[in-house]
Amino acid sequence: MEIILNTLISLSILGVVCAVILYVVAQKFKVVEDPRIDESQACLPGANCGGCGYPGCRGFAEACVKADSLDGLFCPAGGNEVMKKVAEVLGMAAVEKDPQIAVVRCNGSHEKRRKTTNYQGPTSCAVSHSLYGGDTDCPYGCLGLGDCVKACTFDAIIIDEESGLPIVDEEKCTSCGACVKACPKAIIEIRDKGKKSRRIYVSCINNDKGAEAKRACDVACIGCGKCAKVCAYDAITIENFLAYIDYEKCKLCRKCVAECPTGSILELNFPPRKETVAQKEAEINEVEK
Amino acid sequence: MLKTFPKGGVHPKENKFSAGKPIEKLELPKQVSIPVSQHLGAPAEPVVAKGDVVKAGQLIAKSTGFVSANIHSSVSGKVAKIDKVLDTTGYKQTCIVIDVEGDEWVDTIDKSVEIKNNTDISADEIRTKVSACGIVGLGGATFPTHVKLSVPAGKTCKYLIINAVECEPYLTSDHQLMMEKGEEILIGSKLIQKAIGAEKVFIGIENNKPDAISHMTELSKKFENIEVNALKVKYPQGGEKQLIKSITKREVPSGGLPIDVGCVVQNVGTAFAVYEAIIKNKPLFERVVTVTGKSVQKPSNILARIGTPIHMLIEAAGGLPEDTGKIVNGGPMMGKAVSSVTVPVTKGTSGILIFPESLADRAETFTCIRCGRCTTVCPMGLEPFQLKNMTAAKMYEELQKERALDCMECGSCVYTCPAGVPLLDYIRLGKANLNKILRAKKS
Repeated sequence: MEIILNTLISLSILGVVCAVILYVVAQKFKVVEDPRIDESQACLPGANCGGCGYPGCRGFAEACVKADSLDGLFCPAGGNEVMKKVAEVLGMAAVEKDPQIAVVRCNGSHEKRRKTTNYQGPTSCAVSHSLYGGDTDCPYGCLGLGDCVKACTFDAIIIDEESGLPIVDEEKCTSCGACVKACPKAIIEIRDKGKKSRRIYVSCINNDKGAEAKRACDVACIGCGKCAKVCAYDAITIENFLAYIDYEKCKLCRKCVAECPTGSILELNFPPRKETVAQKEAEINEVEK
Repeated sequence: MLKTFPKGGVHPKENKFSAGKPIEKLELPKQVSIPVSQHLGAPAEPVVAKGDVVKAGQLIAKSTGFVSANIHSSVSGKVAKIDKVLDTTGYKQTCIVIDVEGDEWVDTIDKSVEIKNNTDISADEIRTKVSACGIVGLGGATFPTHVKLSVPAGKTCKYLIINAVECEPYLTSDHQLMMEKGEEILIGSKLIQKAIGAEKVFIGIENNKPDAISHMTELSKKFENIEVNALKVKYPQGGEKQLIKSITKREVPSGGLPIDVGCVVQNVGTAFAVYEAIIKNKPLFERVVTVTGKSVQKPSNILARIGTPIHMLIEAAGGLPEDTGKIVNGGPMMGKAVSSVTVPVTKGTSGILIFPESLADRAETFTCIRCGRCTTVCPMGLEPFQLKNMTAAKMYEELQKERALDCMECGSCVYTCPAGVPLLDYIRLGKANLNKILRAKKS
């Protein structure tokens, strides 16, 4: 009986002493954290994609709380909606940005860009890139081994089996830019999504001279400059035998698309063009022949 | 007991089909494409323009730093263009393309074949001349030779080791060079010895070349302080650090250079090039290339001008066999498949191997079974399977801790892996990325 009593008493005293120590330490080394960090973090998507440039959503929330204004701070995955919520929590004005999307600037499918060698190395673009220019004659083009697919935390990119090229899912892509960093060929670009998701871009980054580029790929940009001539808004520049469309200047008139002799300028989500009378006649003539 | 290095190593089948085949001079091509970057370090800067008339041996691209090398024209003719041409790296690189007209050499080059043993030249002069003649390590790594000949202040060099191991299967160019140009190689070695102030010269030859060992031993009697060492056959004995360990029992520290243990290693081909540069005033513009393969009709050792498209060498060896599956530039262990037969011969091209389809394909890849064979055979004492996993997981700090940068990419791990795991592909990528990170940290 005595043993039990002694044990109980000594353990209780030990417990109380420990509790006091813990309390004192907890008070002394208390970390006072701005509760707004938790609150603003709760608004963020929580994917930790790093698209904002900070290490994860928590890092971004901390940066937002510390900052005086939300200039330059943007969560691409959440977009304007999430940023509005964060701004509300912090009592600051939200900075609106046009929605953006990842764009794959290579259109050389298996059919249009023939294979000239047989790559048997590991399924990794980075490894293939470190070995040679790729299994086609275009050293700039997509390798199709899916490093971008692996990098995407939103399942927004898949490799299309038929063409061997990545396809970006417009709904899922948050323009976080993980794929841009993962692509060793720097093919993927983050561009403005455009009004009603309509956009025009040059789907090629081949810097070779026209003839060489064309030999390697049917849909390569040959740098002929026809698109730049027809553009009324100075949105197109030609450098190193390659055209580039500035999405901030482009007014989506689609003149360049029709002008391109190789079809390397792509238009997305536009309604079908109305056929002109001349085109119709030409078609009818062909059928008759 | 024959000397060798203690750690790791493999024994691939030798397949030296072209052994004993005399060195043949290749006829001149119609056009050569000479890359401005044929060496480790900064690319050279072209000093000729389109339309210029050049002679063989004329400087056409100037070195742009200490670790860089001059490039000389290998033919006489007119510069057709300076353009990007696909070369052995698998990428288009800046090349000086020359249309060949006749075969006129620069006047200063001594074209006679007579051997002159004239070592009456100062160390500084040797270094300057080697640098001017654009000599790089001809074993395959193409490191500018004048850099190796400049012993850094505070360090002394005791031994010069001439690398005549040729541990890569198939290749025989060094072997044949020793048989035909033995004395020149020894004079070249003496010159290098003088430049670095080494006490003794060792020539390391693997035991599978008994004729070369006896030939070189016989010749070396004429010279002081040259010793020929027969080595046990084991790949990768031709690795600088392995060869030093084999011959001197000294171990180069991790991240260190041979000079840290008082050694300098030079390839036999380089020794011959140094001889030609110093005695004959001839810049490096041609080299011996082994063209071989199981179904090649006439495996040969060919003396080709730099910039010659490799299809000419293949034709000289009896043409491309019908069952060709892959063409490799370099040895079968460390060489790299080429994507076209138009790529030019460069200073680093030691061999052109033509594999039949049956040997061309990579082994099917299975999951690693942790058998540890790659670790056993790694001559640098690394754990290749770990390095591969770390690269795949982008763990660069760990990669550095595990000394990934000590890997010399000999390929022993891949050769021995029963699961066909592409270890080296990943390690190479990991090394490149790690180097990038370290360089960024430095600046």
